[in-house]
Amino acid sequence: MNTQQYNISDNNFEQCLKCTVCTVYCPVVPVNPNYPGPKQAGPDGERLRLKRGEFFDEALKYCLNCKRCEVACPSNVRIGDIIQLARIKYSQKKPSLRDMILANTDIVGTLSSTFAPVVNTTVALKPVKAVMDSVLKIDKHRTFPKYAGQTFVSWFKKNAADKQELYLNHVSFFHGCYINYNYPQLGKDVVKVMNAIDYGVHLLEKEKCCGVALISNGLINQAKKQAHINIESIRKSVNEEKRPVIAASSTCTFTIRDEYPHLLQVENSDVRDSVELATRFIYRLLEEGKVKLKFRDTQPVRVAYHTPCHMEKLGWGYYSIELLRQIPHLDLVVLDSQCCGIGGTYGFKKENYPTSQGIGESLFKQIKAAGVQYVATDCETCKWQIEMSTPYEVKHPISILAEALDVEGTMKLNK
Amino acid sequence: MNLNGKSNEFDVIIIGGGITGAGTARDCSLRGMRVLLLERFDFAAGATGRNHGLLHSGARYAVTDKESASECIKENMILRKIARHCVEENNGLFISLPEDDINFQSKFVESCHEAGIDAQIIDPAEARRMEPSVNPNLIGAVKVPDGSVDPFRLTLANIIDAKAHGAQIRVYHEVTALIKEQCRVIGVTAWDHKKKESTNYYAPLTINAGGIWGHNIAKMAGIEVGMYPAKGSLLIFGHRVNNVVLNRCRKPADADILVPGDTICLIGTTSSHVGFDEVDDMRVTSEEVDLLLREGEKLAPALATTRILRAYAGVRPLVAADNDPTGRNISRGIVLLDHETRDGVAGFATITGGKLMTYRLMAEKATDLACAKLGIDKPCTTMNEPLPGSRDEEPELKDKKHAASPIRRSTIGRHGDLATRISTDNEMDNSLVCECEDVSVGEVKYALKELDVHNMEDLRHRTRVGMGTCQGELCACRAAGLLSDAHNCAHQAKADLARFLNERWKGMYPVAWGEALREGEYTQWVYKGLCGMNKMEEK
Repeated sequence: MNTQQYNISDNNFEQCLKCTVCTVYCPVVPVNPNYPGPKQAGPDGERLRLKRGEFFDEALKYCLNCKRCEVACPSNVRIGDIIQLARIKYSQKKPSLRDMILANTDIVGTLSSTFAPVVNTTVALKPVKAVMDSVLKIDKHRTFPKYAGQTFVSWFKKNAADKQELYLNHVSFFHGCYINYNYPQLGKDVVKVMNAIDYGVHLLEKEKCCGVALISNGLINQAKKQAHINIESIRKSVNEEKRPVIAASSTCTFTIRDEYPHLLQVENSDVRDSVELATRFIYRLLEEGKVKLKFRDTQPVRVAYHTPCHMEKLGWGYYSIELLRQIPHLDLVVLDSQCCGIGGTYGFKKENYPTSQGIGESLFKQIKAAGVQYVATDCETCKWQIEMSTPYEVKHPISILAEALDVEGTMKLNK
Repeated sequence: MNLNGKSNEFDVIIIGGGITGAGTARDCSLRGMRVLLLERFDFAAGATGRNHGLLHSGARYAVTDKESASECIKENMILRKIARHCVEENNGLFISLPEDDINFQSKFVESCHEAGIDAQIIDPAEARRMEPSVNPNLIGAVKVPDGSVDPFRLTLANIIDAKAHGAQIRVYHEVTALIKEQCRVIGVTAWDHKKKESTNYYAPLTINAGGIWGHNIAKMAGIEVGMYPAKGSLLIFGHRVNNVVLNRCRKPADADILVPGDTICLIGTTSSHVGFDEVDDMRVTSEEVDLLLREGEKLAPALATTRILRAYAGVRPLVAADNDPTGRNISRGIVLLDHETRDGVAGFATITGGKLMTYRLMAEKATDLACAKLGIDKPCTTMNEPLPGSRDEEPELKDKKHAASPIRRSTIGRHGDLATRISTDNEMDNSLVCECEDVSVGEVKYALKELDVHNMEDLRHRTRVGMGTCQGELCACRAAGLLSDAHNCAHQAKADLARFLNERWKGMYPVAWGEALREGEYTQWVYKGLCGMNKMEEK
């Protein structure tokens, strides 16, 4: 008899002991009284919704899906997933034009890159911002990330693709939308660092936006389609070409590994372990003694590291931090792990702006008091938020590494 | 003894605050009688609050007990009208599994139709669509108009209406003797558990609606009713697995009904004979738990992996007809005994047997008898007269655009149109006492003020405080605080809190494993380690 041998059903909210530590760790609760908090919105609310769907509370939209509740939970309840799934299943609100624009990073990115100078200038104009604020409800305080004239992919194909076969080892690189459309330099840095340790970098056969913004804006079918395309390409890379997949964005990585199976029911268990962040990939090679790094003689610098929420959920902040600590003369200040408030597209929405800034306030204060030259983090949207809300530039750990690396010396060490 | 005769004189005294007593009090008061209802504990404290909460379509009895079946379907339709806020129209399925005789199905459907029950054979695939949790191996399914009914709400609604029509309702008043004058019962002596005093009440007619305890009440008049205490055990699961009532299409047997009710679902029941000495302290045995799970899993396989909240048992007040050792074959029919004609004791009647479902009809029959005895000529109106809470369209839900918050929805779900009496004026009243069941401070205050709440257990019956997955872990101390404020007595509230938690534990104990046990341990830590309740006991 298998009865009650394992008395937890698929609705794993039953493991909740009501200890409420999730609500204590929720960044939204202290700043937005309209949000019921993860315990009530998650496990408690789920019981009511199982009774009747009409118990769904539209206030669940205030969840910014940071998953800090899940990190805090001592009972392994997937609180954030329960909330997101409830929104997917029950929400009556259809995505607005604004939500479509914010969510479709791929289409918007392709269009904007083509007309980059025009778009960049236009969206930065005050009257345009005012219109976006009042018509689209995109907050006027926000600055859109600039679009690059040449995407990472076209740069890569022109300048790097040919040389990659020359290296001994190989990885595929999930660049994500930000690197491709807004900041190809980070992608170039990834290629530079990986090549230095004798790894060839390849594009996936097909890459679509990971879909995180589609999920949070309720465009689930499209997110599923893109997830399937990505997982197929990842599968080909991992299983056929024997190339593990690395990425630079903590959120893309987290989405592919965890949100695909949990929220989109896209099965990935055969390749999940082979998708990881570049910083972790490199750090593990260092740990195992498989690669060595040689650094240039650089000036002392003091840097603050901010742990993005999805990095915290992955449990991988350690790898980026330890990798940065390899760099001589780099004095690393690890900031308290807390949400910056942006939550991807969440903070761009006019109605969330005060919440977003309220959440980040203590982080901004800590950064300002840290006496650093710049800030490091693995998430592009955290970067926008911190750059907008503090006087500091924000760099990706891989870019910092690329800058400090003695490429020639490192190559020699790894031949 | 109270010598002020007038205030102690009534037309009818009803013993028992279960659904039968409450329904009879309502009917009698609607027909103009001066009514006194005496209940030794709280409303719905006996079998009324210890059953499936199934709004039978009658299909279960169609083959074996046609009379009960047709009573059930008639009352089912009436309750949907008059007690809308106590009823959920979930529908029910009678499923045949590979080990069941599929030929029983046609006999079953035929019997249902004879009793007036709309039973339709549906395709197993359609049954799986209708109720995804159903055992996918089913070979046959019949759809019937089953539903769920909340016995606490239903009892309370009858009490509220009885009071509104002048009935006097005394809870925690235990009848200790019947006052007899020659061969006539002329009143009762009741012990007030709160004031610790005895009082005599007088009426030309006393109606015994004491359920299984009615056996001993009748004995006070020297009458043997011949009741047969049949214990039935049930398990409550932490959340709803099914939204449609699931039954087995076969002769009634153990653990073959799974009912969704409010936030939970229940599997039951067992049936075994118990002694009258046991009826005040029913405990569920591990054999019963095993049986309920083993059979329950056949209805909905998910039950095997779903967290169980608690186990409990009730005693059916069946009237013995033969020597059936299980009580399964005793009629669930209504038994109204006029002790004047039956036993030569005038002024005394017993209403028993029946079911939660048929309480209104039982009340009607008892009240008809009372009318005949007292020379009142007024017809019964309870089949048409909606109960308080079900009279108006739910206030907030009228306005479709203005969606109510989940908390307000829960409140309206429990109190129907009476929810307008519950304050939502300020942040305090809107804050939650019970987070699992969404019970606000305002709702608790309303219950304390208007619904005869003397302790935490009463409060649970009125509001569902402590009925959720945490079983009092977070809500009990908050509720005790509000009780202490209302009654201005912290000492009593603390003792009450300890009693309440022990009662919760009693139900968790038979199923204390896995997450339920973890939560139990955590609760103990909160109350012992954090609140120092163990120190309180020492003092």
